[in-house]
Amino acid sequence: MTDNFILQMNDITVQFPGVLALDRVRFDLKPGEVHVLLGENGAGKSTIMKVLAGVNTVYEGKIIYKGKEITARNIQEQRERGISIIFQEMNLLKNLTVAENIFLGRQPLNSIGNIDWKKMYHDARTLLNSIDSDIPENALISSLSVGQMQMVEIAKAISFKSDAIIMDEPTSALTAKEVDSLFRLINKLKTEKVAIIYISHRLEEILEIGDRITVFRDGKYIETVKAEDTTIDKLIKLMVGRDLSEQYPRVKCSPGEKLLEVKNLTKGKHLKDISFFVRQGEIVGFYGLMGSGRTETMRVIFGADSYNSGEILILGQSVKIKNCKDAKKNKIALLNEDRKNHGLILAFSVKENIVLANLDSVMGPMGLNFTKEEIISNNLSNIMSIKTPSMKQKVNFLSGGNQQKVVIAKWLNSDSDIIIFDEPTRGIDVGAKVEIYKIMNKLKGEGKAIIMVSSELPETLGVADRIYVMHEGRITKCFSENIGLTEDEVMKFATGITTEVL
Amino acid sequence: MNIRTLMNIRKIDFANMTPVIVLVLLCIIMSFLSPVFFSYANFVNVLQQVTVNAVLALGMSVVIFTGGIDLSVGAVLALSGIVLGTMTVNIGVSPVISSICAIFVGAIAGLTSGLLVSKFRLQPMIATLGIMSIARGAALTIAGGRTITGYSRGFRWIGSGSIPGTEIPVQIVFMLLLYLLMFYLLKYRKVGRYIYSIGGNEEATRLSGISITQYKTIAYVISGIMASIDSIILVSKLNSAQSIAGEGYELDAIASSVIGGASLLGGFGSVWGTLLGAIIMGVIRNGLNLMNISSNLQRLIIGVIILAAVLLDTLRNRIKQ
Repeated sequence: MTDNFILQMNDITVQFPGVLALDRVRFDLKPGEVHVLLGENGAGKSTIMKVLAGVNTVYEGKIIYKGKEITARNIQEQRERGISIIFQEMNLLKNLTVAENIFLGRQPLNSIGNIDWKKMYHDARTLLNSIDSDIPENALISSLSVGQMQMVEIAKAISFKSDAIIMDEPTSALTAKEVDSLFRLINKLKTEKVAIIYISHRLEEILEIGDRITVFRDGKYIETVKAEDTTIDKLIKLMVGRDLSEQYPRVKCSPGEKLLEVKNLTKGKHLKDISFFVRQGEIVGFYGLMGSGRTETMRVIFGADSYNSGEILILGQSVKIKNCKDAKKNKIALLNEDRKNHGLILAFSVKENIVLANLDSVMGPMGLNFTKEEIISNNLSNIMSIKTPSMKQKVNFLSGGNQQKVVIAKWLNSDSDIIIFDEPTRGIDVGAKVEIYKIMNKLKGEGKAIIMVSSELPETLGVADRIYVMHEGRITKCFSENIGLTEDEVMKFATGITTEVL
Repeated sequence: MNIRTLMNIRKIDFANMTPVIVLVLLCIIMSFLSPVFFSYANFVNVLQQVTVNAVLALGMSVVIFTGGIDLSVGAVLALSGIVLGTMTVNIGVSPVISSICAIFVGAIAGLTSGLLVSKFRLQPMIATLGIMSIARGAALTIAGGRTITGYSRGFRWIGSGSIPGTEIPVQIVFMLLLYLLMFYLLKYRKVGRYIYSIGGNEEATRLSGISITQYKTIAYVISGIMASIDSIILVSKLNSAQSIAGEGYELDAIASSVIGGASLLGGFGSVWGTLLGAIIMGVIRNGLNLMNISSNLQRLIIGVIILAAVLLDTLRNRIKQ
């Protein structure tokens, strides 16, 4: 590999309201390499890539691309220069075909200026063949899996004759098989001297696919290392700036009374005969594949959805939960998997979000007491160690991990006893994950009943005291002791290979 | 004025400073175009012309903050006015009781819209369009084309009198009191916080254990009540109730909110912004009158100004992002 850089970014600084998002960071890229950009949420990875791709155009610093200094002004211009970005959230139009999406806005035209459909589909086919993809060029995007959509995005990027492709967490929604084919494609692109900037949280895959790894922390450049010279532990240390003694801190507690018990809960085809219980001072894990009914179960218990039959008991007393208000009265809290759309009011400040579910806590004789609001939210923010310039900051501007902490703070302020975490660490980096686990352990120590729904098996095994496994709307297994369990054992029940009648 | 007072002024919490700047610029332009513009008499005159729209816009704003819209306000204003007029003049009930009944009518109209929107999930535009037609139809049915006129001096004091010992018109004080009350409700009571949070993210609000049905309905009830209180001011001011009163007023009310910085998507805006928006509209109308521009042309010009204001705000938000 030569030392001819295709891209050098020096002293890049980006200032957001109240936050220095990037502080004189650098990043470079050689042709035909995979350069991984690693860092916790809020470290500035996405920000610098948005600068490079021409999405975020307010920045200071120097970008040298192919030996010339350039200014990133907009996406189109950067793309013509050969820099393409594949966003975390896909930017494909669902009701158009694969070919139409690839050539959106630059459809081939015939002599009288109409779209040359034949040529467009032909070109799309050639392009898809070149990346060994068998996706039909005339399929609607809505009929594709997330992995296939990713392939279309990559085909689109290649069609711009890109020399540098930015992939922002490309594997976050892919199955293992799809990840394999993505990696094969990346390796093929490497042989064609295309440089890849690869952003990901998954440390294992970073070591597999990456050539060099650059670590950012809190908007600052930390170090660039070669993938073959490093280990996961070293990377974690660089990312969080401290040793992680244990990724899954466990606390021993002796569980108390059954706080929540669910008996024979049934909801149409989605939930069949669900029975389980949660005691004070324990974390109960719910594991299952996508669509196994975990989230649906939790939404029913929280009153967000209705159910056909079954019973919900709190401390042995049967309760009626018809809506979320009833659930809140029964001291149940649900932290949704989709925090942006279901957990937060993005236009509200940190403090307004924290007190929202329990405004009574800040009521004075004359109405809302803003001093109280400030004190309460400041307190909770300290307990949660939420990183924000002030309580007045709009949550929109916080990183994913910090937003999650705001949601937790909101439910702590409403005195909940039964706290349901639905995918609490999705899209959150290692450091913040551990902090969330610690918070859960702390709550468990205080005698709260915790339910954790998770799609990550290592996390479930690492954090939960007991584990329920779900498959196709049923609970297929309850592991009443989480000691010496292996991933294989749990997986058997999640895939329905083995079913135990409870 | 020291820094402290300046900070307090900032605390009034306009959604943004654009309406203030626009108003100041407008006043400067107007004072060049017309020598009488900058006089106390004209100032009071403008405010008097603004009150009816301002009170209507106040209720409208509350609905807009939830992300909804209320097209029925003009018609509800007319219906409440007819109820008020019929009871006082034709039946001879005391104005106080008639007024309470008028407000009750507005509240019922708002309650219906609110339930249709929140409980039965109708589009706010469709639900309130239906209520608008019903209210207008009811007003016409009750009164026909007649103008109901002849009210007591006491009643007319609200719309055309001044505070004893001063020259301050009662209606302006009345309007300001309503604004203060609504400011308090929105800023210091739970209902206000919920109204903004529903506008900001309805699903997240529901999942925070807050009843969307209840608080959305309250917003429409407030709008209905404001429309009927407005009818008291209007009837008292004109000394007449008409079933065609308030036609097209909903557009002025929406425009005042939006010029004042409220987002039609909800979750954002302030009552003081709305008041400024209403005053801005009033100043423009006043200026056009002083320049002897015909009312037909005025309509056209005002349409252009409304579009320009909204466009400016959209552009500004885009730049901010």
